[in-house]
Amino acid sequence: MPKLVIDDKEIEVPEGMTVLQAAAEAGIEIPVFCYHPKLSIAGNCRMCLVEVKNTPKPVASCAMPVCEGMVIHTNSVMVEKARKGVLEFLLINHPLDCPICDQGGECDLQDITIAYGRSSSRFDLNKRAVPNKEFGPLIETAMNRCIQCTRCVRFSTEIVGISELGAMGRGEDMEIGTYLQNTITSELSGNIIDICPVGALTSKPYSFKGRSWELSHTPSIDVFDAVGSAIRVDTRGREVMRILPRQNDEVNETWISDKTRFAYDGLKYQRLDQPYARGEDGLLHPVGWNEAFSLIADRLQHVPGNHIAALAGDMVDAESMVALKDLMISLGSPHIDCRQDGVDVGVGPRCSYLFNTTIAGIEQADFCLLIGTNPRWEAPLINARIRKNYLFNNLPVASIGPFYPLGYPVKDLGDDPQTLEKILKEKPPICSALKAAQKPMLILGQGALRRADGEVILRLAQEIADKYGFVQKTWNGFNVLQTAASRVAGLDLGFLPGPKGYGTQKIVEAVKKKKIEVVYLLAADEIDVKPLESTFVIYQGHHGDRGATIADVILPGCAYTEKEGTYVNTEGRVQKTLKATPPPGEAKEDWKIIKALSDKLGLSLPYATPKEIQARLVEVNPLFDEVDRIQPSSWKPFGREGDVNPVPFEFAIKNFYMTDSISRHSRTMAKCVQQILGQEKVHA
Amino acid sequence: MTAFKFSKENAARVKEILTHYPPDRKASAILPLFELAQRQCGGWLPKEAIEAITEMLEISLIRGYEVATFYTMFNLKPMGKYHLQICGTTPCMLRGSEDLKGVCKRHLGIENKETTKDGLFTLTEVECIGACANAPVVQINDDYFEDLDEKSFLKILEDLKADRKVKSGSAIGRQGSAPEKRRPHAKSK
Repeated sequence: MPKLVIDDKEIEVPEGMTVLQAAAEAGIEIPVFCYHPKLSIAGNCRMCLVEVKNTPKPVASCAMPVCEGMVIHTNSVMVEKARKGVLEFLLINHPLDCPICDQGGECDLQDITIAYGRSSSRFDLNKRAVPNKEFGPLIETAMNRCIQCTRCVRFSTEIVGISELGAMGRGEDMEIGTYLQNTITSELSGNIIDICPVGALTSKPYSFKGRSWELSHTPSIDVFDAVGSAIRVDTRGREVMRILPRQNDEVNETWISDKTRFAYDGLKYQRLDQPYARGEDGLLHPVGWNEAFSLIADRLQHVPGNHIAALAGDMVDAESMVALKDLMISLGSPHIDCRQDGVDVGVGPRCSYLFNTTIAGIEQADFCLLIGTNPRWEAPLINARIRKNYLFNNLPVASIGPFYPLGYPVKDLGDDPQTLEKILKEKPPICSALKAAQKPMLILGQGALRRADGEVILRLAQEIADKYGFVQKTWNGFNVLQTAASRVAGLDLGFLPGPKGYGTQKIVEAVKKKKIEVVYLLAADEIDVKPLESTFVIYQGHHGDRGATIADVILPGCAYTEKEGTYVNTEGRVQKTLKATPPPGEAKEDWKIIKALSDKLGLSLPYATPKEIQARLVEVNPLFDEVDRIQPSSWKPFGREGDVNPVPFEFAIKNFYMTDSISRHSRTMAKCVQQILGQEKVHA
Repeated sequence: MTAFKFSKENAARVKEILTHYPPDRKASAILPLFELAQRQCGGWLPKEAIEAITEMLEISLIRGYEVATFYTMFNLKPMGKYHLQICGTTPCMLRGSEDLKGVCKRHLGIENKETTKDGLFTLTEVECIGACANAPVVQINDDYFEDLDEKSFLKILEDLKADRKVKSGSAIGRQGSAPEKRRPHAKSK
């Protein structure tokens, strides 16, 4: 542990730290452009120069490792002069267009110029002009502003693993771009907007829409996948203007996926802003809340309790699920399910549906087996973690399932599910690597579980985990990768068929046999709604999507930015969203709608305030008291014995950019489908 | 141009070049392979060649393109049969490289970075090519032509045009970069 002195402060830091990091430890800020804590060190912007005693020249602190007895000055005359010089050179070719630049107000260059910039320029020649690049539907470029820090290049090379950006040419003519102006195809591409220290890369959907200081910030949680990334919702008035990541090293580090970042414009289109009821003419007509509730109450009067069913969607919060569950129990119906995709698994112990290794835990694994999953689409940030482990530790990864480039080398074991049986019998050559691994992990995708033999596969995976030591005292390498934000909470709350209750598939069958007469869809849109047409459908949700088209009564609810909701991510981490904007029109918070309906039905649910519903959640499952923490789950047997169907695995997500009612109505996502997925097809 | 392939001889050469590097560091072979491909393609590096070589070396397209654009000696556009690289740095300029450029302008009708219509000549002004003692210098393909003036340069161009053999080296018969005349202080008494 070298000791050093920075600005008269003595500090002891671990070996291998850089001077910049040591200074940060000591609470001294050093201005940087090219340095980024999550990326490799480039040392090319020279803004972080410091004076090291007995060194003739200023030293780039981001690239200088600490040594015993170093004496460093970060505020001497020499340092200030050096930084002023560096900044003057950076500004030579930087346009003075801050008033029309989207980065204005949150620009590193602007901020640092206030500290180190001259009041006027000594440069009286022409500035360099760089043509703008076309990076696709998400990223706007203004390459004149680029200061060539290469953060974006390093991001695409290191974090994403699919090198798409590069620095072309050299010297003054150097330009950042893609190969022959290709569109950037990465699912994490939006992050280069955040890491760009200037306004060269800005958000295309947000361009010229607002200024950073006009926005209100609300910390929240993402619900587009089951990772539960920490996000910040920026709003102006009632409108969500943009979504940015918050740092949470346990989950998303500082990154978010493009769907998380850009699908918010879907919140503005096709919203359900007041209750609707289907009239005699077969069309939906706006009605008042009371009328809507009366219609439901009338209908439910003539239907026995076990002829009612409820399905919960992929983005609903735990509060509304527990309320609906309680209501269904009061009505006497056991037919509830939060697995609208029809998977059978989830009824077992908690470890059978969680990502037990945890996302941060991926970094410790020394072998990774993917089973029927495409993490790049199902959870881009989990894929980024696997990539990170590959980058630092050369993590070997093997995959049973269709091939898709993930950004790290993957040993393709074919897409035959029976390979699992063979691995259990130690047949394929991969087994020796599995045996040798100290901390192996496997990831079961929804593609492997969303099959008739899903439970058999689950059991096989458990047997493999047991046989090869995936589960140890301090290590659990068995992981199920959920794709729905609401799923784990639903399973934790037991939003599952009760005794003699039907699951999703059986509900649909029972509807055909007229055994189910009323279906309550709680924002459930990812089902085949056609068979439900003949029955009385109550749809509660925020978008006029698939479920609403067949609904007889529509109750307008809130999207995730409009309510305080509890979500549990795929690791089992309980997290809460905050209300960033009010819901549109007459829409109400979801659990309050169910509560109001229960009052109307004379089955009053025993909670009326947010505090009381929180208490109810904890009552149903004490885990909901442990916000932002993960409770380790005990390892118990699950799944069932049986034969594996040799039908090849398929991925659960066919189209990354459109997976739910919000992203399906996002224009930005539609452009991504057209330009990014369209382009990939051309390449293939 | 369709897919790029190394010719039979060059493919053997590629094999030999790849032996210079450890297999997991074969990306290092990018410069010699680009150079070889450029020679095979008549002095320039088409994108098909970049794509074929990056695939061969298992690196991403953009990395190959970065290398190709960084080095000024890789030409990314079709070149004339003879690539005239006139040195324009101070010693050559003082000794008349501007006149040589004038010759190209008058007799070939091309300026910097242009190619004649018949596809014979491409003119590029380059920075110091390290033969200042024999300024002004023009590099034509692989050979240096030194101590030029308008007349001697024009003759070389005419000869090349007529497909006659030209002699590289000093145009005034100097041996290497030896003094042009005996220097006064070297006189014997």
